[in-house]
Amino acid sequence: MHELPVTQSILDIALKHAQKADAKRITDLHIVMGELTKLVDESIQFYWDIIAKDTIAEGAKLHFRIVPAEFQCMACFEKYKPDGEEFSCPNCGAVGVKIVAGEEFSLEAIDVE
Amino acid sequence: MTQRIPVVERILSANDKLAEENKSRLDAANVFAINLMASPGAGKTSLIEQTLPRLAEKLRVAVVDGDIATSIDADRAAVAGAAVAVQINTGGECHLDAVMLQQALGQIDLTTVDMLLVENVGNLVCPASFALGTHKSVLVASIPEGDDKPYKYPGMYRGVDGLVINKIDLLPYIDFKMDYFQKGVEALNPGLITFPLSCRTGEGLDAWVEWLLNGART
Repeated sequence: MHELPVTQSILDIALKHAQKADAKRITDLHIVMGELTKLVDESIQFYWDIIAKDTIAEGAKLHFRIVPAEFQCMACFEKYKPDGEEFSCPNCGAVGVKIVAGEEFSLEAIDVE
Repeated sequence: MTQRIPVVERILSANDKLAEENKSRLDAANVFAINLMASPGAGKTSLIEQTLPRLAEKLRVAVVDGDIATSIDADRAAVAGAAVAVQINTGGECHLDAVMLQQALGQIDLTTVDMLLVENVGNLVCPASFALGTHKSVLVASIPEGDDKPYKYPGMYRGVDGLVINKIDLLPYIDFKMDYFQKGVEALNPGLITFPLSCRTGEGLDAWVEWLLNGART
């Protein structure tokens, strides 16, 4: 997987916003991550500890808010959670969905001193 | 004192921004660009080899090949008739990103080509997350991979504009349930245009080439 470039992006964005706010230190990062992104938070944390070293974000805590996947049936508009291999609508059996949630991947906020 | 700063920035926004720049550059030169993605061995390079001679009379095609190592694929594309073939070695990275394509575009005189085929690194996961700035994304699936792939790699199947199903000449020998496969595709990507074909026998290639030609004309 590509957790290393992703972690680098998180650091770049955090440092940019911290600098704008004249912060001395970043203590916490709040990350929103959809279930469908299939990224591994432990792996991001692992890279973070290495690449944030010697920056003002060294030692900052990463907080992940995981957003579960949600589909909406395009035939009957029922909203449901996909269950493993079963993508079809539990209400009407149709296939063809809109992804309502689960693809998010953003840095929501940072805490600075 | 601790202070919270709202950020709300997509984490891959830097890549997305660069992808937009790539697209503007391609548009300015009137080059129609395709991002070909697939698992290793599905037949991306074979598809390019079969496609190039069929476009030769009509379009000048550049090929950018992404691989972890070697220039085997770019060499094959050059032999098959690519106007330019550029190899990107990602040095271990599992996908191409917009920066790598930007560097490759720097090695191509875009005024001398009409179409760009980008062969991504063989992988059904990571390439789906990194926009390159191409106009269309195409997934090359193949019969021996099995019919469960849409269910296992929904991110990839969801994000593409076209689907090639390669190696259909092997259907009699492999337990591949086309209905089951297509049900998964239809769930994730309703109405997706699909090209069942065989790079070995040439069956089905005409429809694929016609689709490329139409895309390049518009």
